[in-house]
Amino acid sequence: MAEIRIDKVSKSYGKEKALMQGIDLTIMDGEFVVILGPSGCGKSTLLRMIAGLEAVTGGTISIAGQVVNDLEPRERGCAMVFQNYALYPHMTVAENIGYALRVARVAKAERMARVAMVAGSVGLTEFLDRKPGQLSGGQRQRVAMARAIVREPKVFLFDEPLSNLDATLRVQMRHEIRKIHNRIGATSVFVTHDQQEGMTLADRLVVMNKGTIEQVGSPEEIYERPASTYVAGFIGSPAMNFLPGEIQGGAVILENGIRLPVPGLSGLDGTMVQVGLRPERLSLTGPGRGQISARVDFVEELGSARLAHVLVEDIAISVLTGDKLAIAPGDEVGIAIAPCVVQLFDGTTGKRIETAAHAAQQVETVS
Amino acid sequence: MKARRKKLPVGGIAILLAMSLAMVGPILSVIIWAFAVKWRYPNLLPTEWGLKYWRIMLGRDTVIEPILTSLALTSVATTMAALICWPAAYAFARLQFPGRQLFLFSFIAANAVPKFALFVSIAVVFLNLNLVGTFWGVVVVQMLSAVLFMIWIPTAAFRSIPPALEEAGFDLGASHLRVFVMITLPQALPALAASYVLAFVSILFEVDSALLIGAPQITTMPLLLLSLSAQVIVQEAAVLCVMIWVPCFALLLLTRRFMSSKGIAQGFGA
Repeated sequence: MAEIRIDKVSKSYGKEKALMQGIDLTIMDGEFVVILGPSGCGKSTLLRMIAGLEAVTGGTISIAGQVVNDLEPRERGCAMVFQNYALYPHMTVAENIGYALRVARVAKAERMARVAMVAGSVGLTEFLDRKPGQLSGGQRQRVAMARAIVREPKVFLFDEPLSNLDATLRVQMRHEIRKIHNRIGATSVFVTHDQQEGMTLADRLVVMNKGTIEQVGSPEEIYERPASTYVAGFIGSPAMNFLPGEIQGGAVILENGIRLPVPGLSGLDGTMVQVGLRPERLSLTGPGRGQISARVDFVEELGSARLAHVLVEDIAISVLTGDKLAIAPGDEVGIAIAPCVVQLFDGTTGKRIETAAHAAQQVETVS
Repeated sequence: MKARRKKLPVGGIAILLAMSLAMVGPILSVIIWAFAVKWRYPNLLPTEWGLKYWRIMLGRDTVIEPILTSLALTSVATTMAALICWPAAYAFARLQFPGRQLFLFSFIAANAVPKFALFVSIAVVFLNLNLVGTFWGVVVVQMLSAVLFMIWIPTAAFRSIPPALEEAGFDLGASHLRVFVMITLPQALPALAASYVLAFVSILFEVDSALLIGAPQITTMPLLLLSLSAQVIVQEAAVLCVMIWVPCFALLLLTRRFMSSKGIAQGFGA
């Protein structure tokens, strides 16, 4: 069992303000967890603390039931894949992959056999005698993976390993990483700032912001029920629309006076809110129809769909539509908003407000 | 329309020629003198060539001994400086400690002071310690000449090795010593070798310290050259010059192979 338990972990450098405070997270054995957040949010530091490359200032980290705070990286049973791969330029691919085995004094014959087997599984057999400098980005990435796999670790740690690859290769390597995880089954922690990478790879997503965990949940849960405006804005592409308003008489009155009916708002009158609308959950209709009227500002053609940027008086909203409507800048349109797609967040704290409509939807999903 | 013809950069070529002449001219003149038996005004080249003065110089004990002394002194001083400076350079590159920048710049500051003044004050201290006129006295002072090369170039080299390479080593199960020997050192080696050669050459040509601390008991090659230059026979000084210059030039060329000029420039903060 390689469960990772992070208990009230904090991190600060010298006398500076704490970079991270009171982080609690449990990663189950064999789970693929993606830690997602913008640069500087502390996600890489958290990963490095698990690996033992950074000291923990407070709290404890346990791997497989053992507190590892004071253990050297080599004693933790983790294998890390670094952002820049950290391959040794003076060693061949085979030597790079077999380095950990050499350090562990594994007999040469066995070492060679294991290196050959792992190299074969990631398609590197013909490159074993080359130096990393002679490989492409994708091949280097594979070497870094192979170097981690060959150790048969309890835990895989990935520190933004795909960020140096081009878009096509990134998708391809993403699939490979997930396949390797499914085959090996070791607990994996993957750090990234790319929400698409996070959504597609994770069993569970951890969204971080400024040294704290904003939300933990399955990718679907985080997309459908973001815990805060921060999470809602970070997850989803194109980004969620936010419209400030106030709850009055069972509806949200937007700043420009437009009334947006939302069921299940009883008892919330007077609350300042941010209305969250996902562009792909809205649809365009003819003028005068739908919940609100808008004017088309400009349209982006995406091939499979169109992203229409419309103005509701002075508020800009984007609507992703699969219909190839003939719309042009300046056209009057209506926006159809189903009550269940409206997400509400507290105007001051940014935290999610549950409405009766969401609760009903939730029950429906469960049953 | 007629295409405008490209003008020859006459000014640039003139400057290049003048600089080359200024740099190569004196060296060329010394080399010619070393192989000249007779060369009198107004002849542009020697009227008689030969190895006469090489035979004279190589036959003298007073020439061979300072060469051997110099080689021994320089080897010992450079090696000792390396043993002290390289670990220090690693510390400068990897560790954070108070006054780090100040320390690093102090090595440049020491080189900004006229060496002669520095050596006079050191000589006074060494006099009390009975180190003046001894081999080890000269070694200690000559190590000072090496410090700049031995600290700055290796510091830049260690700094240019991504810390992730070392971290990956720890993660893959290696100890700190093993990571240093197997990962860090092989990558810093060209720069370390270059710093060794540069320091070796600069110590070999060092005059002031040998003059103030070593003389008259310890005579080094540059001191011998100084005494020969004061004499009338130009060829003897020229022969010695070429004898010193050829191996040093070869060593420096070798350094150029180890390390790009960019690497050396990085050592000085470029």
